[in-house]
Amino acid sequence: MPLDNATVAKIATLARISLPESERAAMGAELDTILHWVEQLGEVNTDGVEPMTSVAHMTLAMRDDVVTDGGQADAILLNAPNRAHGFFTVPKVVE
Amino acid sequence: MAALTDLTLASARDGLQSREFSAVELTRAHIAAIEAARPLNAFITETPEHALAQAAVSDAKLAKGAGGALEGLPIGIKDLFCTKGILTTAGSHILDGFKPPYESTVTAKLWDAGAVCLGKLNLDEFAMGSSNMTSYYGPVINPWSQPGGNRKLVPGGSSGGSAAATAARLALATIGTDTGGSIRQPAGFCGIVGAKPTYGRCSRWGIVAFASSLDQAGPMTRNVRDAALMLNVMCGHDPKDSTSAPIPVPDFEAALTGDIRGLRIGIPREYRVDNMPAEIDALWQRGIDWLKAAGAEPVDISLKLTKYALPTYYIIAPAEASSNLARYDGARFGLRVPGGSLSEMYENTRAEGFGAEVRRRVLIGTYVLSHGYYDAYYLKAQRIRTLIARDFDEAFRTVDAILTPTAPSAAFAIGEKMDDPLAMYLNDVFTVPVNLAGLPGISVPAGLSADGLPLGLQVIGRAFDEATMLRIAGVLETAAGFVAKPAYLGEAA
Repeated sequence: MPLDNATVAKIATLARISLPESERAAMGAELDTILHWVEQLGEVNTDGVEPMTSVAHMTLAMRDDVVTDGGQADAILLNAPNRAHGFFTVPKVVE
Repeated sequence: MAALTDLTLASARDGLQSREFSAVELTRAHIAAIEAARPLNAFITETPEHALAQAAVSDAKLAKGAGGALEGLPIGIKDLFCTKGILTTAGSHILDGFKPPYESTVTAKLWDAGAVCLGKLNLDEFAMGSSNMTSYYGPVINPWSQPGGNRKLVPGGSSGGSAAATAARLALATIGTDTGGSIRQPAGFCGIVGAKPTYGRCSRWGIVAFASSLDQAGPMTRNVRDAALMLNVMCGHDPKDSTSAPIPVPDFEAALTGDIRGLRIGIPREYRVDNMPAEIDALWQRGIDWLKAAGAEPVDISLKLTKYALPTYYIIAPAEASSNLARYDGARFGLRVPGGSLSEMYENTRAEGFGAEVRRRVLIGTYVLSHGYYDAYYLKAQRIRTLIARDFDEAFRTVDAILTPTAPSAAFAIGEKMDDPLAMYLNDVFTVPVNLAGLPGISVPAGLSADGLPLGLQVIGRAFDEATMLRIAGVLETAAGFVAKPAYLGEAA
C-alpha cells in the first residue's frame, strides 16, 4: 500500500515535524521503501508468541512512593530557550 | 619508551604508578595529538583545560599512593552522554547549546575512578547511523585509508568519533553506545576493540535515549584487557535506571586467563549471508581455526530468525525513537524555531533541528505506532523479537559463546550508500540480533582486507557472562596478532 501525500502529511503532523507539501512525495517514497522491506516479517508465523516487552529477565523494583528530588528550578530552567519569572515561556496558547 | 599516546590503558596505568611520567604529561601529549588531528573531525567539543585540571588532581593523588582504577588516564566520551556543564549535542542541531545540569551515571563512575576527560566525540545524529555521516557536526574521517588510495573512508557508526579517536591515538580509550552495532561496527572499521555488555549491565541514566530497550554503553579500546578495565568501572547496578541489573560485577580483567580449553563455540550457519565477500568468510574460518587450536570446540548452530532481525529492528528502534525524541519540542532546552502557535513552534523546531535520517526514523516510528498499524507492524515485530531471543536461548543450551564476523565489509568511502538507507542498514546485519536479544558482544580486530583495511570478528556471550566472552576475545586477539596501525596517527609530540 503506497503512502499517499495525505497519509504522509498526517504522520508528519502526528510527529510534529513540519513537512512542506513539495517534500511529501519524496518522503512518502522513502518511507514506502522501508515499509515494503519490513513487510517480509509477515512470512514469520507468530501465532501464540507473546510480544517481548522487556529483554531484561527481571521484575521491576518497587520503591517507596516518596519525593526524593526537587528544589532545582534554576538548574531545570538553565537551558531554556526562553524563560520568565521562573517559568518556561511558549507562544500564546489561549486566545 | 613508546610515545605516551601509543600506550595501552594498562601500560599507562603502570607508568603512572611507577612515576615514569605524570598524568599532566600524559594528558598534554593527548591534547597535542587531538589538536593535530582536527581534520579527522573526531571531537565535537575538546575540553583541554578541564582535562589538565583533572590530571593535576590525579597527580596529587598518585603522589600519595592513592587514586582509582583509572587514575590519571585520559579518555574521550561519545557526545551522547550527559556531562555536567559541558556541551552535550547528540550530534544534533536540536540540542544547540545544551549544557546538562547533571552527569550520566557511567561518566560519573569513570571520573570517580580518576579518568581524565579529553572531550566529547562526534557521532551519528542521536546515534542513528552506521557511518557517522548523519552528524550535524559533519562526517568523521577514518584514520585508516587504503595504502596508496586517496579516498577518505567512514569510521563506521554511530560511535564513529570514539572509534577514530581510539585508533588514531587521540585518547587511551573512549566510550560509545550500541543500539544495533554502534560500538562493534565502528570498532571493526577502525581496527580496535569495541564491547557492548549485556543489556542492564551499564546504567542508561544520563545517556541521550535512542531506543531504550536496545541501548547499552560500552568501551572502545586498543586491546581486550583495556576493555575489561573500562567495563570494571562502567558496569554496575544503578537505582536511577529501572532496567539496570542488580547483579554483582565480576573482575573482568581477572577473567582473561587465556584458557578456553573445552569451551563450545557456536558457529551460526545463517550468518553466511548472500553476497558475503570471500575475505570475510575466510577471516571467519581463520577465527574458528584459532579457537580450535586453543582447545575450544566449534559447534554448528542455527539461528533461524537471523534474516528477520534487521527488519524487526527497523520497526522497534524507530518506534522507540519516535517516543524518546518527542521531548525535543523547543520549549525547555536546545534549539527553538519560532512559530505563530505552540504547534507551529514544535513543528518548525523539529523540522529544522532534526536531520534527514532522524526525521525519517521518527516518521517511520510514528507510523508503525499509529492507530490501525500498531498490531501489524509494532506488535508483530515484538513477537518476532521474542522468537529471536528464543533462538539464542536455544543455542546457548549447547554452546558457551558464538563467533561471527562483525560486519559484512570493511570501511567504505565517505558518501557511499547515502542514497540507499537499506544498503546502509545492512552494515548491522551481524550485530543487530545481539541487541534484540539483549546479549553481550565484542568486536576484536582480526585481520586486514585485500585493500589493507581492518576487519573484525565478533564474540557473542550469554547474558551477563561477559567474562567468558572477554576470555575468548583475548585468545582471538593473541592468535590474530593484529599489530597494523592506521595510516594517520595523531602523534604530535
